[in-house]
Amino acid sequence: MLDLDFCSITDILMKRRGLRRQLSMESGLRDLRIAVLGGTTTDEFVNLLDLLLLANGFRPVFHQSEYGRFYEEAVHNAEILLNFKPDLVYVHTSCMNVHVPPLNCAESDLASHVQAECKRYREIWASLEANLNCQIIQNNFEMPPYTILGNLDAVASGGLSRFLGELNVAFAEEAARRPRLLLHDVHGLSARMGLKQWFDWERYFSYKILYTAEANLELARSLNAMIKAIYGKSRKVLVLDLDNTLWGGIIGDDGVDKIQIGRETPVSEAYTAFQEYCLALRDRGILLAVCSKNDEGIAKSGFEHPSSVLRLEHFSCFKANWEPKHENILAIAKEMNLGVDSFVFVDDNPAERALVAAQVPGIAVPDVGNDVSRFAGIIAQGRYFEAVSLSKEDVERAASYAHNQQRSAFEARFTNYGEYLDSLEMVAEIDTFQPVYLDRIVQLTNKTNQFNLTARRYTLAEMESALRNPQYMSLYGKLSDRFGDHGLISIVLGRKEPQALHIDLWLMSCRVLKRDMELAMLDAIAARALESGIERIYGYYVPTKKNGIVADFYPKLGFVPAASEDPSLAGGATVWALNLAHYSKRSKHINVRDYKHG
Amino acid sequence: MANVTPEAVLTELQPIFEEVLDQPGLTVTRSSSSWNTPSWDSLAHIDLIEMSERHFGVKFALSELQDLKEVGDLVDLIVIKKADHNP
Repeated sequence: MLDLDFCSITDILMKRRGLRRQLSMESGLRDLRIAVLGGTTTDEFVNLLDLLLLANGFRPVFHQSEYGRFYEEAVHNAEILLNFKPDLVYVHTSCMNVHVPPLNCAESDLASHVQAECKRYREIWASLEANLNCQIIQNNFEMPPYTILGNLDAVASGGLSRFLGELNVAFAEEAARRPRLLLHDVHGLSARMGLKQWFDWERYFSYKILYTAEANLELARSLNAMIKAIYGKSRKVLVLDLDNTLWGGIIGDDGVDKIQIGRETPVSEAYTAFQEYCLALRDRGILLAVCSKNDEGIAKSGFEHPSSVLRLEHFSCFKANWEPKHENILAIAKEMNLGVDSFVFVDDNPAERALVAAQVPGIAVPDVGNDVSRFAGIIAQGRYFEAVSLSKEDVERAASYAHNQQRSAFEARFTNYGEYLDSLEMVAEIDTFQPVYLDRIVQLTNKTNQFNLTARRYTLAEMESALRNPQYMSLYGKLSDRFGDHGLISIVLGRKEPQALHIDLWLMSCRVLKRDMELAMLDAIAARALESGIERIYGYYVPTKKNGIVADFYPKLGFVPAASEDPSLAGGATVWALNLAHYSKRSKHINVRDYKHG
Repeated sequence: MANVTPEAVLTELQPIFEEVLDQPGLTVTRSSSSWNTPSWDSLAHIDLIEMSERHFGVKFALSELQDLKEVGDLVDLIVIKKADHNP
């Protein structure tokens, strides 16, 4: 059986009739009467929607308006619809059906043009609301195929892009206040697909089909998801594997220190992003569950990793054991008191996916592949969690609260740069090297070229020995702010002598330039040096082709020129010294969690 | 790659017509058209063109679409298009 959520349009076109016959023979299909009031030819779209609905337990019967007569049939010929008795009316219009303002439309007249066009549609909805006891679905508009004014089309009050954008906002406001009107987001759908794949001009001029077959399939899939949501058939639970699904690596083999999660490598960032996607689903009301082949205690320790976005409390059910996954999933369904037809199962392992898909009828098992960077996109493509409304319970927690806070803070203006830095609410973590971060430390050391005072390169083994050797002061810094976590972004490696500390390595990722993070690092260096009875720090600048931005780094921090004691320093290298006798803290805008000196 | 022959194109079109017109066992000839073939209506016509384009990996121009009346026209057009693709 073809997976209709993911297969190509070519596959569907070639098999549609046979599939339709096969699906129509299922018993227990729910009758559904759908009127499609179209602004262009809608037959291909209707045929695709028919097939998708059949595959989802409906037996649809369609009425299609005469070509282009969406307004007339709704407003003036309501008896056709009265006789048809639709459960659902879909008003399917496009940017070709919009009455546009003239190019010389004045800014002051634009709102009235938007309202005039919106009024035409309000008449349609009001008539349907008054005459029929049905759900109404109205699409908003894709952007126009051509911009007569180029980029200015989105700015000028006579620009079609500007007009459609404002009309879409007006439609959204109408949908928000009319309980029976749902908005089909064709604007978003067409943008995700791309307008070049959206319009089909040969078919438009030949048969008045505006869209490519691919676009019609996207429209049908999207509307199918909305209809399922209206009838309570959206899914509610995301069941997740752990190893190589929520983090990289095998936690039972590698240990919690070595799993890939956080901001330290591209792969760990991708797992973090996927965890954030799962958490966002949870925050809007989708329940999360774990189904993993693992020792339970070890599996749970993965969520104690300092960079884990997901925490144990985010899961409604947690099954980590060595039983077959399909049995665990049935146990999860029983525990949560939900049908498996409300489940979506995500696992990087194709064998597990195949087993669960075969053994658990009704569960959705998208082929997510094994590349974490694609998981979220593939789950989204399945449209499993469509919602027609959002209750307060759905959007629990502080998600919106945090967002509002963010916005109000940034509506304010800043009188100076320090105020701006304060508004970022930066939090830094500074500590000596930890094993869990060694890979990132080595990676950052060997790829940072600009903010890097000496550009010395180190191997993993060398960094590991520096971590253990008490003659070295090794420090890492992590920084986060209200917009997110930058991860581990600064490293200092100092060599201790009885009276002095020599800073062999000081580097910082350029993504946190101008945040005063270097001052926080200096505070941490000074505090530790003084504790060891050291009152003099030596800094070295070794110029390279790329590190010019830190040529005067040490003098700006108040270091003074010093004589070189190291004959290996040549080629314009400079030596700088700072006396710590009267050192006072420099960092003022970062809340530093220094694990030793906080 | 050798150019496709009209006979080969007609053979490959056969299952497409059977599927779209939903008539297993239907025999199409060069002179088949919407006039003499049951259930070849305007909607089936759109599907026939769409699937022929996809099957042969060609795209017909607007004026070419306008002139397609009989299966023979479709066959000849596909042969020309395929030859253009494989000079």
